[in-house]
Amino acid sequence: MVSSPLDTPREDVNTCPEVADEIKTTTCYMCACRCGINVYLKNGKIRYLEGNPDHPVNKGVLCAKGSAGIMQHYSPARLSKPLLRVGERGSGEFKEIEWEEALALAVDWLGATRRRDPRGLAFFTGRDQSQSLTGWWAAQFGTPNFAAHGGFCSVNMAAAGLYSIGGSFWEFGEADWDHTRYFMLFGVAEDHDSNPLKAGLGRMKTRGQAKFVSVNPVKTGYSAIADEWIGLRPGTDGLFVLALVHELLKAEKIDWDYLGRYTNAAWLVIDDQGGPEDGLFARDAEGRALCWDAARQAAVPASDVTAKAAVVGRYRLADGREAVPSFELLARRYLDPSYAPEAVAARVGISAATIRRIAAELAEAAFEKEVVLDVPWTDWAGRRHEKMIGRPVSMHAMRGISAHSNGFHTCRAIHLLQMLLGSIDSPGGFGYKAPFPKAIPPGPKPAGQSVAPDRPLGGMPLGYPLGPEDLLVDAEGRPTRLDKAYSWEHPLAAHGLMHMVIHNAWAGDPYPIDVLMLYMSNMGWNSAMNVQGTLRYLTDKDPESGDYKIPHVIYSDAYYSEMVPYADLVLPDTTYLERWDCISLLDRPISSAHGPGDAIRQPVCAPDRDVRPFQDVLIDLGARLRLPGFAHESGAPVYPGGYPNYIVNHERVPGIGPLAGWRNPDGSGQGTGASNPDQLQRYIDNGCFWTYRLAPDQLYFKHSNKGYLAYAKSMGWLASEEPITLQLYSEILQKFRLAARGHGAVQPPDSERRRIETYFDPLPIWYPPFEEAALETSEFDLHAITQRPMHMYHSWGSQNAWLRQITARNRLFVHPETAARHGIADDDWVWVISHHGRVKGQVRLMQGVNPQTVWTWNAIGKRRGAWGLDDDAPESNSGFLLNHIISELLPQREGGHRYSNSDPVTGQAAWYDLRVRLERCLAEDCGETDPLMPAVKAPPRRGYDDGERLRYGADLKCAKPAVAGAGVPAQEWIGNRHEISLSVAGVADGRGNVKKPPAGHKPRGGEKA
Amino acid sequence: MTSLPRNPGPVKLGLVIDLDICVGCHACAVNCKEWNASGHSGPLTDSDPYGADPSGVWFNRIHSFEVVKDDGDSRTVHFPKSCLHCEDAPCVTVCPTGASYKRAEDGIVLVNADTCIGCKLCSWACPYGAREYDADVGVMKKCTLCIDKIYNENLEPRSRVPACVSTCPAGARHFGDLGDSQSEVSQLVAARGGYELMPEQGCRPVNRYLPPRPKQMPERDAALPAAGGEAAAVDPAGLLARWVDRMLSH
Repeated sequence: MVSSPLDTPREDVNTCPEVADEIKTTTCYMCACRCGINVYLKNGKIRYLEGNPDHPVNKGVLCAKGSAGIMQHYSPARLSKPLLRVGERGSGEFKEIEWEEALALAVDWLGATRRRDPRGLAFFTGRDQSQSLTGWWAAQFGTPNFAAHGGFCSVNMAAAGLYSIGGSFWEFGEADWDHTRYFMLFGVAEDHDSNPLKAGLGRMKTRGQAKFVSVNPVKTGYSAIADEWIGLRPGTDGLFVLALVHELLKAEKIDWDYLGRYTNAAWLVIDDQGGPEDGLFARDAEGRALCWDAARQAAVPASDVTAKAAVVGRYRLADGREAVPSFELLARRYLDPSYAPEAVAARVGISAATIRRIAAELAEAAFEKEVVLDVPWTDWAGRRHEKMIGRPVSMHAMRGISAHSNGFHTCRAIHLLQMLLGSIDSPGGFGYKAPFPKAIPPGPKPAGQSVAPDRPLGGMPLGYPLGPEDLLVDAEGRPTRLDKAYSWEHPLAAHGLMHMVIHNAWAGDPYPIDVLMLYMSNMGWNSAMNVQGTLRYLTDKDPESGDYKIPHVIYSDAYYSEMVPYADLVLPDTTYLERWDCISLLDRPISSAHGPGDAIRQPVCAPDRDVRPFQDVLIDLGARLRLPGFAHESGAPVYPGGYPNYIVNHERVPGIGPLAGWRNPDGSGQGTGASNPDQLQRYIDNGCFWTYRLAPDQLYFKHSNKGYLAYAKSMGWLASEEPITLQLYSEILQKFRLAARGHGAVQPPDSERRRIETYFDPLPIWYPPFEEAALETSEFDLHAITQRPMHMYHSWGSQNAWLRQITARNRLFVHPETAARHGIADDDWVWVISHHGRVKGQVRLMQGVNPQTVWTWNAIGKRRGAWGLDDDAPESNSGFLLNHIISELLPQREGGHRYSNSDPVTGQAAWYDLRVRLERCLAEDCGETDPLMPAVKAPPRRGYDDGERLRYGADLKCAKPAVAGAGVPAQEWIGNRHEISLSVAGVADGRGNVKKPPAGHKPRGGEKA
Repeated sequence: MTSLPRNPGPVKLGLVIDLDICVGCHACAVNCKEWNASGHSGPLTDSDPYGADPSGVWFNRIHSFEVVKDDGDSRTVHFPKSCLHCEDAPCVTVCPTGASYKRAEDGIVLVNADTCIGCKLCSWACPYGAREYDADVGVMKKCTLCIDKIYNENLEPRSRVPACVSTCPAGARHFGDLGDSQSEVSQLVAARGGYELMPEQGCRPVNRYLPPRPKQMPERDAALPAAGGEAAAVDPAGLLARWVDRMLSH
């Protein structure tokens, strides 16, 4: 071709470069979402991470965190060798030691503790995805003082759900995105199940049939794409929900059939004021709950399918006592005018008209738009139903509800609303993910009522009390766990109270300990309430002996976090791409509402440092300590290959191990079966996951679906095929209340009776968050809350060179009207002052926030020296942490006692109860955060950074010359292709760039259906 | 100065971005960065990566901002932006060396690093701010529409799509031939009222944005009528009385 003088030589573009020597699958660990990833490896390095299209969690997508995994894997803050403290605690003075010395030292400390009193070990883990191992290890060691970090994260959601519906929001259930017509999202929820939620929202909105309502004081993230934003005042969600309940009851817009079939609405509650069984269910001699059969005019077992059960009324039992159906108690409570929209509107900060309208919309979606699926199914009693009829109202909630001291009851209120609408596990509603639903509550009970030297605990440390007799308290009612979980202060603390561990260990309350062992939890910084206090507890010494009050601190982490310098012994962990792991049905699996699944991580790179996976180390320590289950009588290790050996061979009960797939030596077993030496390879061959798709007739009403219940029993998740009756009214809560009223063998100390009486209401209640209730709100006139940005939630810090370019500092977001009232302008520096302390940050005005609320991005602020960052990094100079001004203790009450800053039922840390006031900084105080703590001494940085430039990938480019003419035409990719195909005629059904074969097409052999 | 293709082919590959469902999660931006770090224009150098002012080359950036209406109501907007592969690309015509060019066969605008002199004229010319200067090597870089991925026979067919598209968790990104009015993306754009960014600039961008759909909001507040009439609304006992004869079956 003749070229113009303006034409230039064409570039030879290589459109077909060789990008990988090998592609390996594994499971992401950049947050808690557990997506499947394909790791492109080149020259032994990571060329590219992409979502695995076949994986059930993410179906090929990958978020910003997952995509930034390369920078985490090569982070300069990686630890490289076991460290032994040589300076004062907190100084960062360490010497590198060999693993043998490190393990011997750990065995020395731990062995002595176990021989003296195993409770002397407090073992707490952070975002641990191996809790079924770590908890079992603690049990074999013999200490009850174990938990992961759920006490400051999720326990309100877990406990409220498990005690109400046998499942929970969190990541253990999901909206039926394909059928829902109304989706309500409560509070910040970007933390868990992040890709499935984003994908679900995208699909739901693309389909265009549902209204999306976001109930959240802050309009960011998911709220930005909601049809309606309900910007209520923090901590008032429960009141808002109960006002909706009021409206629905008043209008009789409730699903009577659902309530009768699946809930305890008709169960009779004994009304015997002052009696020992007042408020408990009336039961027959076999312990079966009773209902009142109007036809027979008699109390009959509620499970009697022939009964015509009354929902209101007062009935005399055979023993002469009176009883009323639980529904009547519920209706009386929420029909009360105190729950009317106009009564709550001012407190909630939402108009009564809006509350009424939302109730009307819920009713319309549930009852005018019911979903009817032509899927015959059989219920638990053997009755065949020709169709599955659903109430397409779905809901989701997580941290925004969880992190308040009224979160347990608020979450129960949301579940109550779902039950009244008939939308739990019904088409279009909220669906359980396997292994849920479970018995209410699931077993076992917490172990630890007896502890002895050199003995295992006799059960798992964490569990679910059924009543006061299951608490871990001594004869005087005092806590026996270090964190006071399962005590009268926090009876249903099913995830422990990690936020109290360091305080209590320091205070020796209820007793001092010998060894604090932490795994991947940054308790020296953004995981701690009252950071400076926590660091003082860690470094405080007994004035007489000169010894640290917490004698030994063992810490395992992969990175140089703020916690590392406060450890005596540091056991360096690997990155997530260098390790085996199992994402187990015994812990937090990858199931969906469509069926169970579990997964593994396999090492895709060998560590280039002297580090070991913590799980390997724990198993090794278990053998060296000769813990039962970890060492044979001879002392030989039971799992000599470490964690992968354990994953394959460990059986919690015969036939049930960490992985459900390919059990039995021939791989034939699912759920139960003998161990299979080839199991990990079978997982790898399948993309590192196992999944099973439920049949269409098992997909809904799982709590009462014969086909599903039989399957769940065969998998070992349920002890029987009995239906799971959803608990509107919680008898278990009432049992604690009765103890407070002086009944039963185990009663609270007098000082706790009133608290138990108040907060163990068997029906959901609302009360002001504790900090708000304890303080003069005129002095602390604003709520202060936090969230993490979506690209950083659960992603281990700001060491990530790519993610920190998106957010390296945080502002305090303030509504313009609020700012004006305080004389504050955009960019001003302010003091944020709580009853506990003050912290300085810079303001950004924002319209989309409740005017009585200020908020900021959490955990952006870092301490100088940590995470491999320069001392002048914005994270440690203008980034700030609200943790500094959140106390782990509530203000003093009468008698001087200071309760933990937690939910009174579950012990959940009440991060979002914080109340503050703002003061504009003086000009000379601007420009830098405060407190600005001294830098921690850090080891040299590792990795690819030459200090000024990071040229990641330069050496991974394909060096081969361009191949002229190679390449195939690009295929069109349509996001949400299936949903778009429903409304855009020219778009074919399918997924992404794969179009669904036309009808009648038969898959070839080996082709995936 | 450089010519645009005198005989551009019919194919105009580009992106379609759905602002109705973008939640601003940055997945597209980071997955783009990791693919392209070792891609045609890699590395995407980061300066001061662990220091006071970390900044690097990104082909795709998300702009999050608030639009405040007169009545005080606000909308939070997440707006992903990358090269729009314009038909009348000023970044090409302004280039003094021919380094910046538009491919005739698919319309992708690229920079030839070997002939780019880093004069930055193209970044001044681009009205969208979609060019990224790599000071480390003195070369202008930009979105390649993953040219080394979309045609790459070394990859599974499912992966032959721009990184930002296949990774999007919300499914907010689409890719295809916007030069073919019958293509799927073109029909999607037509159905959803997709628009071009800043048409007044006359660059004729290929990429399209799908606008947020109208919010599902009723025109006025409705309320549920009380089941037993308004009298029952103030007296719960009245409602309870209605339920005396109601029986439930298990």
